Amino acid sequence: MEKAILGKKIGMTQIFDDKGNVIPVTVIKAGPCTVVQKKDEQKDGYKALQVGFEEQKERRVNKPKMGHFKKAETSPKKYVKEVPLKNVEEFEVGQEIKADIFSEGDIVDIKGTSKGKGFAGSIKRHGQSRGPMTHGSHHHRGPGALGAVDASRVFKGRALPGRMGADKVTVQNLKVVKIYPDKDIILIKGAVPGPRGTTLLIQEAIKKKIG
Amino acid sequence: MDVIREIEKEQMKDNIPNFSPGDTVRVHVKVVEGNRERIQTFEGTVISRKGSEAKETFTVRRVSYGIGTERTFPVHSPKVEKIEIVKRGKVRRAKLYYLRKLKGKAARIKERR
Repeated sequence: MEKAILGKKIGMTQIFDDKGNVIPVTVIKAGPCTVVQKKDEQKDGYKALQVGFEEQKERRVNKPKMGHFKKAETSPKKYVKEVPLKNVEEFEVGQEIKADIFSEGDIVDIKGTSKGKGFAGSIKRHGQSRGPMTHGSHHHRGPGALGAVDASRVFKGRALPGRMGADKVTVQNLKVVKIYPDKDIILIKGAVPGPRGTTLLIQEAIKKKIG
Repeated sequence: MDVIREIEKEQMKDNIPNFSPGDTVRVHVKVVEGNRERIQTFEGTVISRKGSEAKETFTVRRVSYGIGTERTFPVHSPKVEKIEIVKRGKVRRAKLYYLRKLKGKAARIKERR
């Protein structure tokens, strides 16, 4: 992985390709990101790039963080994230990463936080099927039997209702349809995790499609 | 949202005639056969227009040999070469889905002048 950028989901729309087909696209405002710190093998034990995205008011940043940004000689950033790139040496602290690191036709992976669904039942959460709603049935949308009697306990991993969504989700092999470098906008084919306004990590695909 | 507006503006055509449900239109569609491209026409009644901006589509219904056929086109699609208005119709509804149940004389639409 040699390319990565932080972005913000703006929403979805559709565009026509050169053959006139409709392509559903997600509009992402990607970058500009600033390199805040370089992690190296000698000092930190691993290689990574710490990048910041979106400006933050100075009075909202606490002193230890402000010191960290001062050291990198950058303005304070709202989101700071580490990306494990192979080619950390090619970057410098304070360098800007813009949307034009990607080009049209690139295949990318996108990481984000999915929409929260709250406390969801086992039908929605685990894809179980429901029982009949009428004809004298009392077995509607419940999780069903939890196990055998002689076990005297419920085994771990049992599909039960609970909090659903708001998880870290990676969508692999999405295609970059179009790029507007002057507006920092990337159009990605298909949907990406999370609600509008969520922060996303766009990176080079780790499993590239063949052909 | 403004960014999406701008992207959609780029996709939109500016020479779309002003047509509405009830009108009879002739749609010129580009068809690619192998490596040759030709124009096919589809004539019928517009029974709905839905969506907004670049996402807008319209549905055309025609009855040929007693079989009803409907095709839905994106208004701004590059495949739609031209939309020709044949007749203006006078209707009181935005969606003319009731035409699907009617046939013959009952499925006629009054002309607007």
